[in-house]
Amino acid sequence: MTLDVKERLPARAAAVPRRRQFGAPPWWFVVPALLLFAFVVLVPSARGVYYAFTDWDGLDPQLSFIGLDNFTAMADDPDALQAIWHTLLIAVAITVIQNGIGLLLALGVNTAIKSRNFLRVLLFAPAVITPIVTAYLWRNLLGPDGAVNSLLSTVGLESWQQNWLGDPDLALWMVVLVVVWQFAGYSMVIFLAGLQSVPREIYEAAAIDGSGPVRRFWSIIRPLLAPAITINLMLSIIGGIKLFDQVYALTGGGPGHATDTISTLIYKDAFTLGEFGYSIALAVVLTAIVAVVSAGQYAVLSRNEKAAS
Amino acid sequence: MNRYSTRTFALEFVMIAVAIVFAFPVYVLVNLAVRAPSDTSSPISLTSSPTLTNFTEAWQVAGLGGALINSVLVTVVSVVIVLAVSALAAYPLARSTAHWSRGTFLLIMLGLILPFQLAALPLYQTIRDLGLLGSVWSLVLFYAGLQVPFTTFLYVGFLRALPRDFEEASFIDGGSALQTFRYVIFPMLKPITVTALVLNAVSVWNDFFTPLLYLSGSDQQTMPVAIAGFVGQYAADWNLIFAALLISVVPVLAVYLVLQRSIINGFAGGLKG
Repeated sequence: MTLDVKERLPARAAAVPRRRQFGAPPWWFVVPALLLFAFVVLVPSARGVYYAFTDWDGLDPQLSFIGLDNFTAMADDPDALQAIWHTLLIAVAITVIQNGIGLLLALGVNTAIKSRNFLRVLLFAPAVITPIVTAYLWRNLLGPDGAVNSLLSTVGLESWQQNWLGDPDLALWMVVLVVVWQFAGYSMVIFLAGLQSVPREIYEAAAIDGSGPVRRFWSIIRPLLAPAITINLMLSIIGGIKLFDQVYALTGGGPGHATDTISTLIYKDAFTLGEFGYSIALAVVLTAIVAVVSAGQYAVLSRNEKAAS
Repeated sequence: MNRYSTRTFALEFVMIAVAIVFAFPVYVLVNLAVRAPSDTSSPISLTSSPTLTNFTEAWQVAGLGGALINSVLVTVVSVVIVLAVSALAAYPLARSTAHWSRGTFLLIMLGLILPFQLAALPLYQTIRDLGLLGSVWSLVLFYAGLQVPFTTFLYVGFLRALPRDFEEASFIDGGSALQTFRYVIFPMLKPITVTALVLNAVSVWNDFFTPLLYLSGSDQQTMPVAIAGFVGQYAADWNLIFAALLISVVPVLAVYLVLQRSIINGFAGGLKG
C-alpha cells in the first residue's frame, strides 16, 4: 500500500506541474440535485412570478399579460388585505409566545429536577405529530361542547366558557394557541441545546458573585444563547408566515374570513374560485414578505450575535 | 445547581403541572377514541366502558391501511433520494471554490426562502400535463426536489468542517471520485445524515398541502389526506374521528419514543448550520 503511494505520487506531480488540489470532486455530482431542484422549485417559482402578471386560469394555455392588475385588485380586496394582516399577526404572535414559553420550559428542564428527561421527551412529542391531526384534535377540544369548556365548568368557571372557534375575535388566537402547544417543545429543545453548551463554571462563577437569577440570565446566559435565539426566531416566524395546515383544519379560514391567512386564500382562490392568476399573485406577496423578513432578521440577528460574542 | 433543594422540589412540582396541561389534549384524544358514540358524558370524565370498535370501524371506513402504506412508501423513497443527491451535490459545493460552485450553491440556497406556495400552482399544472395527478410518484418527485436546499445546506455546512486528509489519501490510492464519495466521504457524513433523515422524514410524513393538491379526487391517499377526508365525511362522529387520529399518531409516536435521542438531537443540532 505505502509502496503504491510512493510510486504514484511522482507520476501525478509530473502530469500536473502546478500543485493541484488532490481529489477535487467533479462538477457533475451537482447535476441530479440541481435537476430535481430546478424541476420542482426553481422553474415553477419563476413561472409563478410570471403568471402573477397574467390572467392565468390554470387550464387555458393562452395567457394575456395584464401587468399589475392582479396586485391592484388585491389592494382593493378587503379579504386579501385582511389575510395579509392575519398572516403577519399570527406569525408575530406565534414567534413571541412560542419562544417565550419554549425558553421558560428550557430553563426549567435544564435544572436538577428529577423529571427533566421525561419532561423533555414529553414536551417535545407534539412537534412530531402531523399538524393537521393536532388541529383536528383541538377543533373538537375548543368546540362548544368540547373538553376545554367542560374543564372550565368542572373548575367552576362557567362564565369563561366560549364558542372559541366561532367567535371571530377569538378564533385567530386559537390558531396561535394550537401552533404554540405543538411547537413550544421544539423551541425548548433548541434553547436547551444552547443552554447545555454554556459551561457550568460560568453559572457557578456568576452565582458566587452574588448576581440574582434575572441578572444572571440577562448578562450571561442570553448572550451565549444568541445562536439558539437566532434559529428559533427564524423558524417560528417563517413557519408562522407560511401557516396553512392548522388554519385549514381548525377553522377553514372562518368564521367568515376571520382567520384566513395568505396561504388559505391562495388555496381557496385557486381551487374553489379558479382564480389562478390572482392566487399566484398572492403567493408572490407571500414570497416577498418571507424574503424581507428573512433578510431583515438575518441582518439584525447576525449583528447582535457578533456583538454578543 | 447540583443539589436537590426545596426550591428544586417546588420547580419540579411546577414543571409537572405544566406537563399535565400539555398532555391534557392527548388524554382527551385517547379518552374519546375508546368511547362508544352512545356515551354522551363529559369529554373529560374517564370513559367508563372503553371499547375498541371505533378503531376497527375508522380503519376500514377511512381506508387508513392503504394510506399508511402510501405514506411509508412516499417518505422512504423520497427521503432516500433527497439524501443521496444532496450529499453528492454537497461534496463539490463544499470543496470547490470555483465561481460555478459558489453560484450553484447560492441558487440552491434560494430555495430556503421561496415558499412552496409559489411553485405549487405552476407545478400542479406540470404534474397534471404529465398525467401524474393522483399518483404517489408525483409526491416522491415533489419532495425529492423540495427538500434539496435544506438537505444540501446541512451537508455543505458539515463537509466544510471536515478535514480533506481522508479523501486526498483515497485519491492518492487511486480511488475515483465516485468511489471516494461512496467509501470515504459518505460514511463520515453519518451524524448529519441522521439529522437530515429525521428532519426530512418528519416533514414529508406530515405534509398535507401537497397531497391535498396532487391526490385530491383520486383513490390514492397519504395519512394526512385520508384523515382530512374522513373528518370531512364524518364531521359529527367525533369518537370515530378521534380513533382515526389516534391510529395516525401511534406509529409516529412509537418511532419517536424508540429513537427519541436521535430525533431530539436531530431537531436541536441540525439547525445550528
